[in-house]
Amino acid sequence: MPDPFLIGEAMTGGYGATDILHDCTIAVEKGQIAVIVGPNGAGKSTAMKAVFGMLTLRGGSVRLNGEDITKLSPQDRVARGMAFVPQTHNIFTSMTVEENLEMGAFLRRDDIKGTLEQVYHLFPILKTKRHQPAGELSGGQRQQVAVGRALMTQPQVLMLDEPTAGVSPIVMDELFDRIIEVARSGISILMVEQNARQALNIADKGYVLVQGANRYTDTGAALLADPDVRRSFLGG
Amino acid sequence: MDLLNALVAFLNFVVIPAASYGAQLAVGALGVTLIFGILRFSNFAWGDTMAFGTMVVILFTWLFQSLGISIAPLPTALLALPFAILVTSALLLGTDRVVYRFYRKQKAKPIILVIVSAGVMFVMNGLVRIIIGTEEQNFADGGRFLISAADFKAWTGLAEGLAIKGTTAVTLVTALLTMAALFWFLQKTRTGKSMRAFSDNEDLALLSGINPDRVVQVTWVIAAALAVIAGTLYGLDKSFRPFIYFSLLLPIFASAVVGGLGSPMGAVAGGFVVAFSEVVVTYAWKKVLTYVLPASLAPDSLMQLLSTDYKFAVSFSILIIVLLFMPNGLFNKGK
Amino acid sequence: MNTRAITLFAGVGMLYVLTGVLLSWNVSLNILILGLLSAIMALGVNMQWGYAGLFSTGIVGSIALGGLAVVFVSGQPVPEAFAAGGWQAIGGLAVAVAGIAAAVAAWAYMAPGRSRNLAVAAILIGFFFLYRGIFDPAVERIEAFDPATHGNIGGFGLNSIWAWPVGGLFAAIAAWAIGKIALGLREDYLAIATLGIAEIVITAIKSEDWMSRGVKNFVSLPRPWPVPYEVEMQADPGFLAFCTNWGLNPTTTSTLAVKGIYIVMFAIVLGLLIWLLERALNSPWGRMMRAIRDNEVSAAAMGKDVKRQHLIIFILGAAVVGMSGAMYVSMLGQLVPGEYTPLRFTFLIWIMVIVGGSGNNWGSVLGGLLVGWLWLIVDNAGPLVMGAITAGMADGPLKVHLVDAAPQLRLLTLGVALLLVLRFSPRGLLPEK
Repeated sequence: MPDPFLIGEAMTGGYGATDILHDCTIAVEKGQIAVIVGPNGAGKSTAMKAVFGMLTLRGGSVRLNGEDITKLSPQDRVARGMAFVPQTHNIFTSMTVEENLEMGAFLRRDDIKGTLEQVYHLFPILKTKRHQPAGELSGGQRQQVAVGRALMTQPQVLMLDEPTAGVSPIVMDELFDRIIEVARSGISILMVEQNARQALNIADKGYVLVQGANRYTDTGAALLADPDVRRSFLGG
Repeated sequence: MDLLNALVAFLNFVVIPAASYGAQLAVGALGVTLIFGILRFSNFAWGDTMAFGTMVVILFTWLFQSLGISIAPLPTALLALPFAILVTSALLLGTDRVVYRFYRKQKAKPIILVIVSAGVMFVMNGLVRIIIGTEEQNFADGGRFLISAADFKAWTGLAEGLAIKGTTAVTLVTALLTMAALFWFLQKTRTGKSMRAFSDNEDLALLSGINPDRVVQVTWVIAAALAVIAGTLYGLDKSFRPFIYFSLLLPIFASAVVGGLGSPMGAVAGGFVVAFSEVVVTYAWKKVLTYVLPASLAPDSLMQLLSTDYKFAVSFSILIIVLLFMPNGLFNKGK
Repeated sequence: MNTRAITLFAGVGMLYVLTGVLLSWNVSLNILILGLLSAIMALGVNMQWGYAGLFSTGIVGSIALGGLAVVFVSGQPVPEAFAAGGWQAIGGLAVAVAGIAAAVAAWAYMAPGRSRNLAVAAILIGFFFLYRGIFDPAVERIEAFDPATHGNIGGFGLNSIWAWPVGGLFAAIAAWAIGKIALGLREDYLAIATLGIAEIVITAIKSEDWMSRGVKNFVSLPRPWPVPYEVEMQADPGFLAFCTNWGLNPTTTSTLAVKGIYIVMFAIVLGLLIWLLERALNSPWGRMMRAIRDNEVSAAAMGKDVKRQHLIIFILGAAVVGMSGAMYVSMLGQLVPGEYTPLRFTFLIWIMVIVGGSGNNWGSVLGGLLVGWLWLIVDNAGPLVMGAITAGMADGPLKVHLVDAAPQLRLLTLGVALLLVLRFSPRGLLPEK
């Protein structure tokens, strides 16, 4: 079986002396959505940060498009086509919406107008607010700016750390719709979600982590159908 | 009642000196606020950086004067500015490489960087004193007055004169150009925007591929330019003495804090707030009031709120009021 | 005290001995006196920084306030000047303090809003003019009295050893005021605010002639008990007999004896302080202070009132520094406002604390003795070194310039030393246990 487009395989590691991840594997195929769910403290965000190179692995490897990128810094991974949207502090609050997007495209030397239009097409509200400081926007709009900023690099993989944390259910549905749209354009999505049921609904692949290790791995639909998963992680 | 003379006296003794002092403080405070925004510490070596830059300007001015190069009626010091900015940039970049970078990589607490900057202050202070000595240096040449008080009186027939020194005009124009250039750079250029982004959210800037080392280097070069310009304008207007530049730290910090540390717009506004308060509070209002009030009410004391010795108390009071009531400064919303 | 400490102290001791042997014992003892004072100052700063992590740049202000205390406690009384306006001037100052207190009270007790702002502004402006109206004429009359030798309200004419605790008190009051305002804000703000208050204190001492005679200097302050005057000793038959017996030169012996007495006195104060501080540090209170310093957030979460503890230690540290300032002036016998520069009395003390070892009392003492020695010896040795460097050069303006610049070398040297210690041995020569 060929490698998935992006895979963090058998990752073991943590921030200090103690390991948070134990032999954890996360992967996403081209143009698909993979979701990491699990209880609090299961190491969901840590697993994603490990894939992005924000912590040093003691074991395992990360491969992008067949190439080993385990030793690359996050900045270098950005240059290789990975984009990351942190859970908090994910916009430049003092800068305008448009400047936020421009900063996303900082590494690019070509014309960014096309991508800018694509982002505005995806999130029309941002176009009308493009000269406003991003810090003045509502929570949902800020998340749109954050995702838009990440898309400006024209990434092949978009990684989202709890994109719907703290937004209303309506805004959440809207945001998930946009994420599906992004995936259809060929960008792989890897995201960590607190709202497991809704997230698995749109997921091609779901990972249920417990204590830093894979507990269940299947398609989103299969996990939703699995009575064990339902009982333990989806509240029945 | 003689409102016209009162107005002229007010312009001559309050508005013009405060505007030119305010411009000097504003340029200086821009440097402090920029370093705070990007490098995240209050640079106690700033006054001595200004002194160093001004010293280099003086040395180049002497060189040009000895070579007979002049741009009269403008002061030769203006011609020396670019060279001094180059030298000071080299010094600051070198200092960063040898001193500050280590702590940045370690993610040291800001207060450690403040202490380190005090060490740098000693070194720079020593360098300046060794190279040019502790004596007062007067390096203003070029036209003395744009308008002299005597001329003004002759033209207008008023009792009060309005004098505009050449250095005042040079200060205002240079400061204005400097600020315009800096704001254009920060708002419109890619590098300038990346600096703002870095100052706003360092982690996200890194995620966007902004190179932190480059941002820091550009910051030091701009800081060098601001230090040289602020120091030179102050020196041309008053005179150059190394220890005076250390004591400029207080009004400059006050200006930067008033506007909100890290906010360039705030630094400019803060510079003028501090300068005008200082002049208004320490000016002897007797003359102006004598013109305005009827003879029976004319004051016989100086009508000075605070002796000029205490001008630093004004910056300090402003600083304290802002710290107590608006810790983020007048112009920083939220955060 | 471990072997490392003993070795280092012995090394510093050797520096003083070598200075005595090679240069002169008079110079060596002089430096030692100032070194001991510096050590006390460094102890005070170390309380603030080492125990609580507070960075103050107003050390020079505390030292100057301590010096001012000597003028009040031990200055010669000037009854005529005091009668001319002493009470009135004090009354004026009292009005000023009352005005500030009234403004603070109004701020605290009135409901927020425009009326509160206006009330506070009105109180401040009203009291300001009242204060000026009372204070200014009084000062004018005081300063008019015999300005060549007096022009000040004078002091109590007491023995200047009484000024030591008063100096501590003065500095403590100032620290309380500034601490109330600036503690609890960003660390840099404390640094900036203390820089400002120090600047104002020094301006006041320089320009309030009625109080300290300003830049005219306040001379002939009495020595602290029990230090005798050399001339008196030399007139004392007993002392002369003693000198003849031992074959000593009375002039040299009396000078050295006076210095020796100062050294003993200062060493006793230093020893007492260290004893108190070491006890405090190992008490529950000391452990709490260190817990707060190392993790403010968790200490606050455990119910410790961080701001209050910071204020206490800030005041105590300033009091120690202020006392040393009073000791300094009582030893010099004069208050020279021009001496109080931040480089010499703020940042140099900082270098002592950091080089010695932040958080370690013995480290501060070592730093004070070592850096104090360096600072003063360069005065003597700097020109020699520069002379040696320039010896091969042809006489000319450059050589003259370099030799003139020699005293400035010490700024450079100390700056470099501080940077090197911070970089390569940030815990200092004697690290905290």
